Amino acid sequence: MTIVKYVIGFVLSLVLTMTAYWVTVNGIDKTTLYLILAVLALVQMVVQLIFFLHLGEEARPRYKLATFLLMSFMLAIIVVGSIWIMDNMNYNMANMSPNEKNDYMLMQHDKGF
Amino acid sequence: MKDAVEEKFLFNKTTIGFWLYLMTDCILFASLFATFAVLRHATAGGPSGSQIFEMPLVMAETIILLTSSFTCGLALVALKARKITQMVVALASTYILGAAFLTIEISEFAKLIGEGNGPAHSAFLSAFFTLVGTHGLHIFMGLLWLLVLVAMLMRRGITSKWVRQMTLFALFWHFLDLVWIFIFTVVYLMGVAK
Repeated sequence: MTIVKYVIGFVLSLVLTMTAYWVTVNGIDKTTLYLILAVLALVQMVVQLIFFLHLGEEARPRYKLATFLLMSFMLAIIVVGSIWIMDNMNYNMANMSPNEKNDYMLMQHDKGF
Repeated sequence: MKDAVEEKFLFNKTTIGFWLYLMTDCILFASLFATFAVLRHATAGGPSGSQIFEMPLVMAETIILLTSSFTCGLALVALKARKITQMVVALASTYILGAAFLTIEISEFAKLIGEGNGPAHSAFLSAFFTLVGTHGLHIFMGLLWLLVLVAMLMRRGITSKWVRQMTLFALFWHFLDLVWIFIFTVVYLMGVAK
């Protein structure tokens, strides 16, 4: 743990944040932008995990790393799963009017699970 | 010698325990992020993100919190080198920057609520206030923790227990900055994208 590590982490984080902001302000098409922003955020996460939170410096057995990976796995299921299911539901109901949606949901409710 | 070994054992044990808490906190934030992602278009006739976010202010918040995280790391380095004055200066900067971040966030919230865009206005705004507010609450608790640390330092000086507490606080503070990167990216940057 030295001051150099913190300075490197700080400068890299600043550069990544500025880049993300600059890319967003300068408007490119949405899909590319989302992809670039996601990559920049993930890179900054790794930078801060290494330089600020010192992940990977511990001796074996690496409990911190193991629990971090388990957490990432659960996080991915929660976030990706929610978006996937809810978007699919919206897609399947896209052709209905609000009243039809309401009736449909009531009908589903009456059917029970 | 025996004490040093015991202290190291205790240090590792508490660090891993606290790390486990941080991981479960990540799951809490993951649920809030998932909720926000699902409800991001459910504006119920109200404003969308691009209409209410003031990006220069949000950018300032991001830089302030990042710098606060950095000075917190510097305090830890100064502590390891037993440079107490430097450490106190770094901790004071951490506190002031953290408080500045929270002030900007509260004023942003107050402005939104004042304009009638409070959490009750739409599902999007509910999810927004819950996600960003939960992070703000963590920052508030961190600032309280820092005050307690300073009070402990003034009463007893630097003890092995204090060093342990300080190390955990630094971990917590860096973690909050890490969560903010994703709030900044997912809520603000992706929210204002055209």
